[in-house]
Amino acid sequence: MKAQHIIDQFRASGVQTCFHGRHIEPQIYAGLDGSNWSLKDYEARGGYQALRKILGKDGAPPNPETGAVGMTQDQVIATVKESALRGRGGAGFPTGLKWSFMPRQFPGQKYLVCNSDEGEPGTCKDRDILMYNPHIVIEGMAIAAYAMGISVGYNYIHGEIFAAYERFEAALEEARAAGLLGDAILGSSFNFQLHAAHGFGAYICGEETALLESLEGKKGQPRFKPPFPASFGVYGKPTTINNTETFAAVPWIIRNGGAAYLACGKPNNGGTKIYSISGDVERPGNYEIPMGTPFAKLLELAGGVRGGRALKAVIPGGSSSPVLPASIMMECTMDYDSIAKAGSMLGSGAVIVLDETRCMVKALQRLSYFYMHESCGQCTPCREGTGWLSRMVDRVENGQGRASDMDLLDNVAENIQGRTICALGDAAAMPVRAMIKHFRHEFEHHVLHKTCMVPAYV
Amino acid sequence: MISDATRARFDKEVAKYPAEQRQSAVMACLAIVQQEQGHLSAESEQLVAEYLGMAPMAVHEVSTFYNMYNLKPLGKYKLNVCTNLPCQLRDGQKALHHLEHKLGIHMGETSADGLFTLQQSECLGACADAPVLLVNDRSMCSFMSDDKLDQLVDAIRAAEGKA
Repeated sequence: MKAQHIIDQFRASGVQTCFHGRHIEPQIYAGLDGSNWSLKDYEARGGYQALRKILGKDGAPPNPETGAVGMTQDQVIATVKESALRGRGGAGFPTGLKWSFMPRQFPGQKYLVCNSDEGEPGTCKDRDILMYNPHIVIEGMAIAAYAMGISVGYNYIHGEIFAAYERFEAALEEARAAGLLGDAILGSSFNFQLHAAHGFGAYICGEETALLESLEGKKGQPRFKPPFPASFGVYGKPTTINNTETFAAVPWIIRNGGAAYLACGKPNNGGTKIYSISGDVERPGNYEIPMGTPFAKLLELAGGVRGGRALKAVIPGGSSSPVLPASIMMECTMDYDSIAKAGSMLGSGAVIVLDETRCMVKALQRLSYFYMHESCGQCTPCREGTGWLSRMVDRVENGQGRASDMDLLDNVAENIQGRTICALGDAAAMPVRAMIKHFRHEFEHHVLHKTCMVPAYV
Repeated sequence: MISDATRARFDKEVAKYPAEQRQSAVMACLAIVQQEQGHLSAESEQLVAEYLGMAPMAVHEVSTFYNMYNLKPLGKYKLNVCTNLPCQLRDGQKALHHLEHKLGIHMGETSADGLFTLQQSECLGACADAPVLLVNDRSMCSFMSDDKLDQLVDAIRAAEGKA
């Protein structure tokens, strides 16, 4: 047997993370089984109905008052605003508002970009969307392009999930062949060319301006903002960037209305959200549930804490988000406002669960190494500071810490935060400060006794 | 020399971008070269630079910035094991150590038979499938228990006549 064939077999035996049937009212993952990603399957699930609707190609009768068919650009944006859809990539910025920033009368080329550079540790939701429901992203992007008067788009996909890039390219071919992308879409006057691009291993390119640099064929070093991408984006042209899951939410909103989307979440936090649960749970995976679902319910869906152990802490929104102790987390609901109120952030929805046997110093050691490794080196506080933090956590973990290290860690982190061009500096600082705040006693134990407070586990 | 087959793949990437923005295809072109040749050399970077109308140094800036480009010849199979926190909590580190033992090399090294290069990697974006292994940049293998790692390595060795 050929070696590549063997590797393919191992590949095929893998991913099962979103076909478990334990979602609650799913919209994006609804009805997926791993084999039904193609255009005809997507259309059988009601796919491209939203695009037909806005273009007036769904067979609906004209508006009795105006005689118009379809939806105007303003109507699409108003619907997305009403839905309270917020950016699913991490920042939670209101999507409709972002779309309204795009200068619609700009005379030159404008661009639409999808950020599928999913590299925030803990996050693996966009991979499953791209692999198993790629057309929902294409339709969402086409609707966004229509609303903002954009004729060219790119989907920049994390290099490590190359199969998702290939799958998305295959879906693009299908959509073009069916007249759903390209010139005169569905016989209308709307043109939209969409292409896929890939990264090749750089966490920083998930930051939107670094992504733009990378898309232009450069190293991914973030740009200073302002100017924001809405005025100076790809090739210096007005550009709107949204996350994969954000675009994927749009077709449902157009089909069912903004109010219906808002109603299935909670005020200011519309719709469903996909959470990637990893770490110490029985059934890690992706779970799509309404915004505002209690964390306890999400944990239950994931089979609870592994081995029946007690929950110690949760990193609720990807590795950059501040860790929360179990007692605080169990009181939270899973939405932007509740997690923010608890002192952390919902981020990308990557929920990393740590049980009672975990050493928090060891956990932070790995994260701090990661941020040092992935700092692009452009800003001194981040380039030097992330290395300093990593070396300090290292020595505490290895029993060479000093009594002053906890205060110094907090101080160095504080001096990185807010002093860099992009958010990677903050992302490196926040986990450190939260760990010291909530689990200082574990660090002190390490310094004093040169060993973990909990049994060794690796 | 860029072969016609390679040039056709390059052309497909370049066609995605405005005519005056050929440089945008550099990431994809370098990935194609790496897939065909195993690594990037100064000569291949030079060819990509000429094809895209870029300064060779601008190409080199890209190849040295992104983690997945191989800047020197590696084993025939590059094994990247994610050890970031979500994977570490589900035996990612253990999988790396297991492979070190199985292959008789440390991470970062290439086995004496030239078959395997073992690397620790940062988040591969498959956190719920840990332990995960990325083979030659393009094949993600999920839930790689020690048994499955052994099976994979043994099967590749057998296929290559080095069992």
